[in-house]
Amino acid sequence: MSAYVASLVSVIGINMILALSLNIITGFCGQVSLGHAAFYGLGAYTAAYLAKLGVALPLTLLAAAVMAGAIGLVVGLTSLRVRHDFLAVTTMGIGFVFLGFVRKQKWLGGELGISGIPGSGLDPVTYALVIAVFAVAVIVFSLWIKKSWMGFTFDAVADDEEAARTVGVNVSAYKLTAFGIGTALAGLAGGLYIYFARIILPDTFDFVQSIAILTMVVIGGTGSVWGGVAATIALTLLPEVSRAAADYRLLIFGTMLILVMRFSPGGLAGLVRRQRPA
Amino acid sequence: MSVLARIDDLHIGFGGVAAADGVSFAVERGEFLALIGPNGAGKTTVLRLMAGLLRPARGHVFFDDRDVTSLPAHARVRLGLGFTHQIVRPFYGFSTIENVMLAAGHRQTESPWRAITSSSRQAERDKAQAILERIGLAAQAAQSPRTLPLGQRKRLEVARAIALDPQLLLLDEPLAGLSSAEATTMADLVRTLPGRGITVVLVEHNLGEVLRVADRLVVLDAGRVLAEGLPQEVMTRADVRQAYTGVV
Repeated sequence: MSAYVASLVSVIGINMILALSLNIITGFCGQVSLGHAAFYGLGAYTAAYLAKLGVALPLTLLAAAVMAGAIGLVVGLTSLRVRHDFLAVTTMGIGFVFLGFVRKQKWLGGELGISGIPGSGLDPVTYALVIAVFAVAVIVFSLWIKKSWMGFTFDAVADDEEAARTVGVNVSAYKLTAFGIGTALAGLAGGLYIYFARIILPDTFDFVQSIAILTMVVIGGTGSVWGGVAATIALTLLPEVSRAAADYRLLIFGTMLILVMRFSPGGLAGLVRRQRPA
Repeated sequence: MSVLARIDDLHIGFGGVAAADGVSFAVERGEFLALIGPNGAGKTTVLRLMAGLLRPARGHVFFDDRDVTSLPAHARVRLGLGFTHQIVRPFYGFSTIENVMLAAGHRQTESPWRAITSSSRQAERDKAQAILERIGLAAQAAQSPRTLPLGQRKRLEVARAIALDPQLLLLDEPLAGLSSAEATTMADLVRTLPGRGITVVLVEHNLGEVLRVADRLVVLDAGRVLAEGLPQEVMTRADVRQAYTGVV
C-alpha cells in the first residue's frame, strides 16, 4: 500500500466512523443533529492535549471517546426538551459554542490549533490499517444495534415518541443512549484523526464539517448502515478523482443533498430497495 | 373484589378551565368500568392522568396499592397499566405484526442495556401472531398500518395494548369513528378482556354499546364525578339525564 493509498484509507475510515456515529443518533433514533463536528473536535482536542503530555495512544483514544460521549450525554439532555427543528437549531448552536470556546483558549492553541502532535509510533500504512479496523468494528457494532432490540426500539422512538411510551419504552433513556454512543464514536474518530494529521485547526470542526457528515448519512439513506458506508467512500473519493470536484466540493454536496431529498429521500439504500424485486 | 386502581381528588386545568376538579373513584379488579359523560366532561383527561400522560396539579393515582402519581407513563406500563389512544397511533414505519411484537417484547426493551444485549424476536413474533389471530388481524400481519381501515387500526391499538400483559387497560374511545357493525365487533372484543384477567376502564360516547358491555359506570360532568354505580341505576338518575340532555 502506497503512502497515498494509506492516506485515503485513513480519511475514509475516519469519515466512516463519523457518518455511522451520526447515523446512530439521526438515522436510528430520529434525533436531528447539526453539530456533530463539535464532538469530533472534542475528541481531537482531548487526544491531542493528552498526546502532547506524553499519554499513550490507547489512553488518548479512550479519553477522546469518553470526553465526547460525556458532553454528548449533556447535549442529549436537550433532546428530552426540544424536538425536530428546535433540536436541529440547538445542536447547531453547540457546534458554534465549541468553536467559539476553543478559538479563545490559548492553552488549546487558539486560532492556530494544536501542532507538533506526536506520531502514533506506527508507520502510515499500519496506522491506516488500525483506522480501518476501527471503522469495520463500528460497522459491525452498527449492524448489531440494528439487529438487536435496541435498533427496534430506536425505530419506534424515531417513529412516534408518545406511542413508544405507551408500549413501556423509556424514551429519554434511549435518546440519551443514542447521543452517548454516537458522540463517543465521533470523539474516537477525532482521536484517530490527530495521529494521522499531527496538527488540528479549529476550522476542521466547523459547521461545514457537520453538514458534510450529515450529507454522507442522508445520501447513504438515513438509518442504513451499508448506505452510509457506500456514501462515505463515494463522497470521500470524489474530490480525489476530480480536481473540479475538489474545488466545488460544497456546491456538489449541497446539490446532491437537494437532489436526494427531492428524488430519493431514502438515499442510496432507498434506491437499492426500489430496484429489488418484491 | 379488591381495588386494583384508585384515583383520589385529581385536579388539572387548561387555560383556567378545570378539566378534572377533584375526581375520585376506584376500579375493582376484574371489572369492566365505563367512564362516561357529555363532551368536555374530562373523561379523556382523567384517563390520561391515570396513564401518566398528564400530571395532576393535585391529587393521587394509586395502582395495585402503590402511589404512581409521580411515575412517568412508561413506568406505569411496566407495572401493568396499559393505554390505548383515542386517535390511533400505530408505528407507521412498522408492519402490523411488528407493532404488536414491540409491545410483546416489553421485557427486552426495559432498558437500553437489555435491548442491546438481546436480538432474538421469535418468541415475541409467535406471541404477536397469536394475539393478531385472536383479534382478527392475522391476515393483515405483514401489511403497513397505513393500508388498514380505521376499524382495523383500532383493533391493532388494542392488540398492542394486550401484548403488554396489562392488569388494567385504559381504552380511550375505541369505538369512535367506527360503523355500527364495527363498533359492535369491537365492543364484543373488549368485553372478553376481563375474562382473560384484564381489568378495563373504557371511555366511550357510544352509550348503546357502553350499556351493553359495562359492569359499572362512573359519570363525569364538568370535571367532577356526578354519579357511579350499576348502569341501569345510574342511567335512570335525573341529574345524569340532565347532564346528557340539558333537560330536567
